[in-house]
Amino acid sequence: MIAAQAVASGPVIPNFGGGSKCVVENHAFCWGWVNAHWGDTLQPALVQHIELTGIAVGIGFAIAFSAALVAYRRRWLSGPIEGFSALLYTIPSLALFQILVPFTGITTTTVEVALVAYTLVMLFPNIVAGLNAVPAEALDVARAMGFTRRQTLLRVELPLALPAIVAGLRVAVVSTVSLATIAAFLLPKGLGYPIFLALKEPSPFRTEIYSAGALAVALALTADLLLVATRRVLAPWARRSAA
Amino acid sequence: MTSAAVNLHTFLDAFRFIGSNWSLLLDKAAQQLELAGAALGLAMVIVLPIGVVLGHLRRGSTFAIGASIAGRALPVLVLIAAFLTVLGIGFVNNMIALAVLASGPILTNSYEGVARVEDSVVDAARASGMTGAGMLRRVELPLALPLLAAGVRVAAVTVIATAPIAAIAGGGGLGDIIVNQASYGFDGVLGASLCAMALSVLAFALLKTLEQAITPPGLRRLAAFEKGNRPREPVPIAAIGAEIEEET
Repeated sequence: MIAAQAVASGPVIPNFGGGSKCVVENHAFCWGWVNAHWGDTLQPALVQHIELTGIAVGIGFAIAFSAALVAYRRRWLSGPIEGFSALLYTIPSLALFQILVPFTGITTTTVEVALVAYTLVMLFPNIVAGLNAVPAEALDVARAMGFTRRQTLLRVELPLALPAIVAGLRVAVVSTVSLATIAAFLLPKGLGYPIFLALKEPSPFRTEIYSAGALAVALALTADLLLVATRRVLAPWARRSAA
Repeated sequence: MTSAAVNLHTFLDAFRFIGSNWSLLLDKAAQQLELAGAALGLAMVIVLPIGVVLGHLRRGSTFAIGASIAGRALPVLVLIAAFLTVLGIGFVNNMIALAVLASGPILTNSYEGVARVEDSVVDAARASGMTGAGMLRRVELPLALPLLAAGVRVAAVTVIATAPIAAIAGGGGLGDIIVNQASYGFDGVLGASLCAMALSVLAFALLKTLEQAITPPGLRRLAAFEKGNRPREPVPIAAIGAEIEEET
């Protein structure tokens, strides 16, 4: 069993260590457990989660961005690419991880390939929409000023598309943080893993579920706020479109 | 495990598993659809009217759009685990967790669909003597239908694709096989994964077709007209962070 292998090969996490009354009786929330296991359970899981998400969104953005630049020049491509990424997104994550195992094994690569595939549907359409929304007047002005195609792209089209690109990134980051918890079904990694272990207990250990779950939600919201802040710095003129 | 021959072999074994376990897989697929259907139904009954009414009143946009952001930020594993600690293992826990997941896109799209009906159209309806309920039924809802249907489709596909995870909390479905390599072997895990993928893709295609079929003919003609006639016009960018699926 994949899950069992993951459990066996992972670090032994002493869920019920300490043996305080709160933990043994599985009360609603035991701060003592969180304090005792922040260093060996929660913090490593959080760091792994940030890594899983960061790599996936980074690679996904590179792919989606290149594809969007091509589709911006050759418009007929954008429909099929969008359709394909939507189709990828419909594949259940739990299934996609297993389908990739024969190719890349039970590795982080498998998880990343799946997470990257899921980001495309959120990034590609937003980048293309942002580029397409650049007003024709702005492009005319750029041409009148003697900009080359490259200069137009870098100095006119991309800056104007930035708010839409960041909007896509926000959705992609928040969704990837959420999807990365499923990685725990394959690997002992990320914030999903403590939850996965807690669910395997005869009576699911609440403190572990709540603390890891809260960290996942907090991570998603923090990343979202950081992206909003980045947009405000990079595209201060777009403040009115802030949602 | 990286050579092409091994890959082919692994997949052949998985297909062999599918071939010899048809009835089991159909059973599990039906179980999964039952859970997904119940969750989707629950979400629609509760959330759809709220979105439509808020959209009609043009109120609560922060709430309606915030719901989809919150929906994305709450990982389904966390939802399932958290509800499990309250409701225990079983169908109800999973149904509610998945219904929460489905609520985001349904609420956002039903709100946006109705609220985005142009003011001039609403004024015309009012001028021709329509009251609130009549206007909603005869003008706003038909015009909102494409966006509304897209919201339900996104929710349905999300729920069907997420349902296998519920297996960890006694949800049954194809996930039961996917998370149980000890009993079914990797052939079974891979076979069930392929079936789960096929089920989701099929549901996606079916709902997409259905969605096009129920779009009022007038709106379909309008969309076709606009598609052919505005190659260089600014395309409205979907509200930031909102899960708005538009037909183009």
